[in-house]
Amino acid sequence: MNTSVIETSSTGTSALEAARLVLARDIRLALRKRGQLIQPLAFFAIVTTLFPLGISPELSRLRDVAPGVLWVAALLSSLLALEFLFRDDAQDGTLEQHVLSGQSLTWLLFAKTVAHWLLTGLPLAVMAPLAGLSLGVPAAALSGIVVSVAIGSVALSLIGSIGAALTLGVKRSGALLSLLTLPLSMPVLIFGARATELAIRGAGFAPPLYLLGALAVLGITLAPLAAAAAVRISLE
Amino acid sequence: MSRLAVSIKTQSLTLRVDTRAYGAKLLNLRDSRAIVPPPTEPMPERRLQAENLHLWRGDRHVLRGVRLCVNSGECLQITGGNGAGKTTLLRTLSGLMYPEEGTITWGGENIRRDLQAFHADLAYIGHEPPLKPDLTAEENLRYWVGVRRKLATHDMNRELGRLGADQWGNRPIRTLSAGQKRRVALAGLLLIAAPLWLLDEPTTNLDAEGQRLVGTLIEEHLARGGLAVAAIHHELTISPAVIRRLELSSK
Repeated sequence: MNTSVIETSSTGTSALEAARLVLARDIRLALRKRGQLIQPLAFFAIVTTLFPLGISPELSRLRDVAPGVLWVAALLSSLLALEFLFRDDAQDGTLEQHVLSGQSLTWLLFAKTVAHWLLTGLPLAVMAPLAGLSLGVPAAALSGIVVSVAIGSVALSLIGSIGAALTLGVKRSGALLSLLTLPLSMPVLIFGARATELAIRGAGFAPPLYLLGALAVLGITLAPLAAAAAVRISLE
Repeated sequence: MSRLAVSIKTQSLTLRVDTRAYGAKLLNLRDSRAIVPPPTEPMPERRLQAENLHLWRGDRHVLRGVRLCVNSGECLQITGGNGAGKTTLLRTLSGLMYPEEGTITWGGENIRRDLQAFHADLAYIGHEPPLKPDLTAEENLRYWVGVRRKLATHDMNRELGRLGADQWGNRPIRTLSAGQKRRVALAGLLLIAAPLWLLDEPTTNLDAEGQRLVGTLIEEHLARGGLAVAAIHHELTISPAVIRRLELSSK
């Protein structure tokens, strides 16, 4: 290596350490801007409590629509949070610095998406049982709901990261982002709602959960690559 | 300690700025003869070279056949009116933008062949300091520089002090003035310690003392064997032997 032109006493950062720093930075930033953090969760809570008011307070009827309500609300609230995934970084030039950091952009964006999931997907999974209770879901089914929302939101965050990266250069990207992301999220909605439904009925909900897991794994392997390519295009 | 150890410059200066093509014309080409003694020991020579760059933005032909070459120990100052394509040229050189035609080489190798390795050698600061408003100056440097290389606290304090930014190191960036932010960003530039600097208006919002400091920092960087390409409007206080100017014309 011919970096001796500029002598430095210290060495380069490893990819893992770089990803850890990006993750830590995003979490710290989110904790300083709690409003942005709470917004999607509040949305989820409000939408799911509107249904008992709109349909009927009768628990047996609510129980039938609960899987759909929970998952549509989760999908829309994760969409709401997606807009913030790369936008602030793109505006203040720090995303550009990620691209120029000499580290793998794929890896750094994966770290950002993991932070995003920890801050939006995971809290959603924790809140889902509460919303489920208000929709008349039996207590025995709550663990199934937590697991399916946790795994499903991983897939949603990753799919969404591609859409968020693609719409970076677009002003008022919200509508375009939903048009891009929602069709790709359909499988997550279908298998997530199915797993929840089976859990409510007390049946084995493993098969749809496996498919949900497969989608999440597919997202983990492919989405960061696509997001990195999309960020490069958007920043040009 | 490492900063003082490398004050001897061993390359001959052979900057050529060739802008024969329509868009750019060269002004003020001063004597490019080197005044440094011949090399005593081999030091890796770096060279950033661009050949025949053409770039369109929509139907605007922004870069029209730009050719340039910068060697270790040299600074290329890019001037030109607003909209002449200074930022576009810098972003193209950094690899952020893709020229429709032409190649950029770093150390003889096309930068597209290993963009990541090229970026590890490069520090680019756009006209907005890349700092997070909600983090403090120190946190910003810790994350920004830390992603690239290990950052020791005493190094950070030293460079912040150098830029006169140590008093507000733990204030959130959003509470700082534009000039203060610029100083923090320049501290980051020093800490990244990359051989190649690409600077877009690095003196914006700085006071007279700060502007002189930028000149000094660039000069020290060149003396260490670094390279700099900077879009700066005003005259830099840098020895004429190591600085060239490339004027981009907007039509």
